[in-house]
Amino acid sequence: MDKQLTRQQHLDLNYYMRLNRAVEDTMVKLFRQNKIVGGLYSSLGQEAISVGTAYALRKNDWLAPMIRNIGALLVKGVPPRDIFTQHMAKYTSPTLGKDGTSHFGDLDKLHIVSPISMLGDLIPVMAGVAIGSRYLGQKIVTMTWIGDGGSSTGVFHEGLNFAATQKAPFVLILENNQWAYSTPVRRQVPIENLADRAKAYGIPSYIVDGNDVVEVFTTTREAVERARNGEGPILIEAKSFRRLGHAQHDPAEYVPKEQRTYWESRDPITLYEKYLTDEKLLDAKSKKELEQKIDTLLSKERDFAENSPMPPPELAEKGVYCTGDDCHKIRPKWERPLSEVTPPKSSIAAVWTVEGFGSGKSSGGKNAPIHFGDTSSSAASPQHVEEEVIEEKLAPKAPAKAVAKKSAGANGKNGASSKSAKSTPSKPAKISSKSSVSAKSSAARRSPAGKARR
Amino acid sequence: MPSTNGHNTESQVTFLEAIKQAMYEEMERDPAVVLIGEDVGVYGGAFKTSEGLLERFGWERVIDTPISESAIIGAACGMSYVGLRPICEMQFIDFIVCAFNQITNFVAKGHYLWNAPAPIVVRGPSGGGVHGGPFHSANPEMYFVHTPGLKVIYPSTPYDAKGLLKAAVRDNNPVLFFEHKYLYRRIKEEIPAGDYTVPIGKAAIRREGKHLTILSYAAMMHNSLEAADALAKENIEAEVIDLRTLLPLDEETILKSVKKTNRVLVVHEDTKTGGIAGEIAAILCEKAFSDLDGPIFRVTALDTPVPYSPPLEQHFLPNTQKVIAAAKELARY
Repeated sequence: MDKQLTRQQHLDLNYYMRLNRAVEDTMVKLFRQNKIVGGLYSSLGQEAISVGTAYALRKNDWLAPMIRNIGALLVKGVPPRDIFTQHMAKYTSPTLGKDGTSHFGDLDKLHIVSPISMLGDLIPVMAGVAIGSRYLGQKIVTMTWIGDGGSSTGVFHEGLNFAATQKAPFVLILENNQWAYSTPVRRQVPIENLADRAKAYGIPSYIVDGNDVVEVFTTTREAVERARNGEGPILIEAKSFRRLGHAQHDPAEYVPKEQRTYWESRDPITLYEKYLTDEKLLDAKSKKELEQKIDTLLSKERDFAENSPMPPPELAEKGVYCTGDDCHKIRPKWERPLSEVTPPKSSIAAVWTVEGFGSGKSSGGKNAPIHFGDTSSSAASPQHVEEEVIEEKLAPKAPAKAVAKKSAGANGKNGASSKSAKSTPSKPAKISSKSSVSAKSSAARRSPAGKARR
Repeated sequence: MPSTNGHNTESQVTFLEAIKQAMYEEMERDPAVVLIGEDVGVYGGAFKTSEGLLERFGWERVIDTPISESAIIGAACGMSYVGLRPICEMQFIDFIVCAFNQITNFVAKGHYLWNAPAPIVVRGPSGGGVHGGPFHSANPEMYFVHTPGLKVIYPSTPYDAKGLLKAAVRDNNPVLFFEHKYLYRRIKEEIPAGDYTVPIGKAAIRREGKHLTILSYAAMMHNSLEAADALAKENIEAEVIDLRTLLPLDEETILKSVKKTNRVLVVHEDTKTGGIAGEIAAILCEKAFSDLDGPIFRVTALDTPVPYSPPLEQHFLPNTQKVIAAAKELARY
């Protein structure tokens, strides 16, 4: 048995993967009965990624799902009825029928941010949640997902680069299912491992077998805690395969048969249940009980959704603006003394400095900070650390092989061992011994209106 | 410096200073207010609107970003989800279109779709007349007036700039705030000491009149007033209304004035096709058709990009003479 996980954790992971698949199976049935209004997207064969990553978060952490992350929503505590009613455009859905699929969220309780269909936009948003929470003194981590396809968007770059400059406590799961609609990953990106993109942002990355839930979970847990401890954003590439088409309408005939056969033989639930059975964590009886538990739950949830009304037409007119006193209830939850954020002690100490920066007349003196780290760093405990070679901590050792090797890493035993890029914690290049250095203002330096171009 | 000017009623305050004061005072009032943008910290902003804010409020609240407008808006949106109230600066408002998707699809739709208001302000210098060329002179307000869920403000005076920016920060919706850079240092006004706001969505009558109504905003507001002075000498009394907020539009004030004057001229620096004048004309046809004695006139910029060379730009822009000419023609109906 994998000593890194408790029995309960193993059973939870299996339960959520099973639930994820059962929810989606139910929706396929509903789709065929014309009860789903719009498109239906599948995460068949990718459940280990949604479940294993989201399970590594703590209760107060934030996540933002993509279209194939129903499993992550279930782990976070979303009841299946919300997913059914969303797809069926019912009045009882979290968006009251205004949007479908996984496009819903909950800022107050579950800390879920809704996605939009344009890919990559969640990355800067979740970086913003991360730095906003850090400013409030909360020790939380934010997470979102992106596909191999979405990793080519401009906002992926803007968002991840921004998160890196801010050392945001943010974990990005790059779900490489090898197909962006009909375009294979090789025609989208001319590199072997998408995790290599992390190098461009100076952040650590990992590559995991996305069909091995234990590996996904243990790696993500490590990444999440590193991010929480102020090490900055981390990218995890989870290699897997999209077993169905882009959505229900797409037979995906462009996918080579051998590729499909190979990945079907590596079904994450089958692999995991074999492992659990070998480890005596699951037997025929408990498996049956698990199935029954899920069946009972889902038939109840499905009934609720099917019996729910459609929204009243005039609802379409409502809610464009937030009006009235009750509309915006989000108050900042301070977990650090307000005195820390109000003058004169207005800032955390900057921890990254660059020699010479700031020696110009408008920059506030030598070694002006250009980067700040986590709130736990303080100017009171200055320390100098050696600059480390970035290459070392980033380069994945045996990345693709973890997946390509037949059945290697396929069961939980091999889980953690096939993890690559076990990097040492990244450290700031230099730690300033000064408290925050501010820029000096100068009335003399004016740029004439209209002339200041970048 | 904001700290001194905020308490000095004797001095006249520029438009730019009013913006600075508004940000300074809002950040002072509420630790949830933060500023994020390119070069807003150490440099104090390309136009120095945030000068001194970094020293006062520190690195966590005055955030210098990479040149990544989508990241600025996205991050601000995320910060607003945990209760903060970010002000985003677009170094020039022209660059706001780099974040078009983030604003129109993510920020604007959040409340309608999943009950997630994003109380952020996106502000920046806009408009022409300063030889900024085609990418530093834009008036992109109408892209966003067409987007339900946003509020769009375009003030014309230091008093309004300060009061409306404060109102924008406190509003629970995403607000786009356009600052005409021609006005930054060219107009001054005495503004009251202490805290005040100007309500969003309310137009202001700048001059009363009975023969025609001139509707305008931002820099063209001042040309319209100049034109009204000249027209008065020829016994044409123009009522001049400053729209101030373009979304939501103050239909009530507009309709009331049209009932009185029966003639309408809309003046804006934005290009003609798809400008707010067309929308106002449609509203008046729907709601005040019988009050109109003549067609609705428009004085706007040409339907071209903003050209760089001064003679070209002058030809492109509307001006006082063009307003006077249009008003005289309209007055004949």
